[in-house]
Amino acid sequence: MNPVLRQGLAVLSKDMLLDLRGRSRISAVLFFAVMTLLLFSFAAEPDPESMRRHAAGYLWLALLLSSILALGESFRSEVEDEALEGLRLLPVDPRALFYGKALSNTLFLLVLAVVLLPLALGLYAVEVRGSMTHLAGFIVLGSAGLAAPGSLYAAMTSRARGQDVLLPLLLFPLVVPVLIACVKGTGLCFSGDAMGQSSSLLSVVGAFDLVYWSVCGLLFGRVIDE
Amino acid sequence: MSSGFHKEHLIGALGLALLSYGTWMALFVVPPMSHFQEVGRIFFLHVPTAWNSLLVLTGAFVIAIGALINRKRGWDAALEATVEVGVLYTALLLIQGTIWARPTFNTWWTWDPRLLTAAILLVAFAGVLSLRSFAEGRDRRLVWTAAATIVAYVDVPIVYFIVKWLPRGIHQPHSFPSTVSPDYHIALRCNAFALLFIAIWLIARRTRLTLLRDAGTAMAPAAEQGADGSAMLAGVDG
Repeated sequence: MNPVLRQGLAVLSKDMLLDLRGRSRISAVLFFAVMTLLLFSFAAEPDPESMRRHAAGYLWLALLLSSILALGESFRSEVEDEALEGLRLLPVDPRALFYGKALSNTLFLLVLAVVLLPLALGLYAVEVRGSMTHLAGFIVLGSAGLAAPGSLYAAMTSRARGQDVLLPLLLFPLVVPVLIACVKGTGLCFSGDAMGQSSSLLSVVGAFDLVYWSVCGLLFGRVIDE
Repeated sequence: MSSGFHKEHLIGALGLALLSYGTWMALFVVPPMSHFQEVGRIFFLHVPTAWNSLLVLTGAFVIAIGALINRKRGWDAALEATVEVGVLYTALLLIQGTIWARPTFNTWWTWDPRLLTAAILLVAFAGVLSLRSFAEGRDRRLVWTAAATIVAYVDVPIVYFIVKWLPRGIHQPHSFPSTVSPDYHIALRCNAFALLFIAIWLIARRTRLTLLRDAGTAMAPAAEQGADGSAMLAGVDG
């Protein structure tokens, strides 16, 4: 097997093992996300029609806000006790570190989305009238789009002062394209995509993913190596 | 060390002179625009600001790549200066846009692709400067600023493309010399070059200031031992 791939998978399995054994990150972030979904319904008028119309937006905002907590936490464990320094001392390709981390964060967000989606469908009384495959596509590609730049930025901000402010400040403007495309696309999957727009929105998220998974992979080595 | 005449002042003076001439042309010489009346003359400042803000941020992207490769102190100082001027120009662009839009369209803001792209650009690059101010250590500051600049710049075309899906706004199509009346060319070109020269001037001044401050800090321990140490430091800080 390609050594970068093998090392990346090792990083991924290390992170997954930490999450499975600890479970504190996933449960904390999950409850936060559920609370956010509930808060949106308090903030908006308790009007079923308006909730239904904005369900996709609420779902993605809950995911985006929770992703900040998840990403920050994922690097906190690396910064504690200089674990990242230890990883760098090993003969590991920095790209493997990045792709392992980004993949584990993608999986984490996917798990979150899979729990939140039925909850949002129930809370906001929405049905999926459009394509299920496209909905799955938006969730997978959207999570990947948040995870790649998020992992790069979290690697920097976790070692800076003011990390809690910095990560959202850097990540939110960057992921606007993912957010817009996913909200619009998921909304179309909920309401039924009469004009067939969702596949082109899906390709926008795919293009964003392609650009950021490659650019961030290239930059990660330099960012942790300084 | 910091006294004397620096060549960048010539560019700055040229920029200010061109800006004065361009503004005079725009205010008193060119015929008023049929749709926008007198307030529309802000066009002659707004469009060059838009061109130059993108140009300066593109410059920052190029310098960021250079800084990542050669890791020289001067490149880092230039990168910081360029991002700062880019943020300044983008902020000016948004302010001018609202000043124009309020009397003309009776609104401060509209969800137009270009407005949203400019606003996101402003926040994204302001974030880069924040990251820089929180990073400790010279190398770390250089690498993080450069990496964040590259990541933020790559986002621009994607943001622009995706926000086009939003409902259409009131912003008029792109303005280029080929799309505006020949009466407007001179004033527009004057201001465009003026803002470019002023940007170069500001970037050069800011870069020089950062390098001088660094030199002062680096000299501090030795200077404290020397007889004229305090005078030298005071000169650099002032």
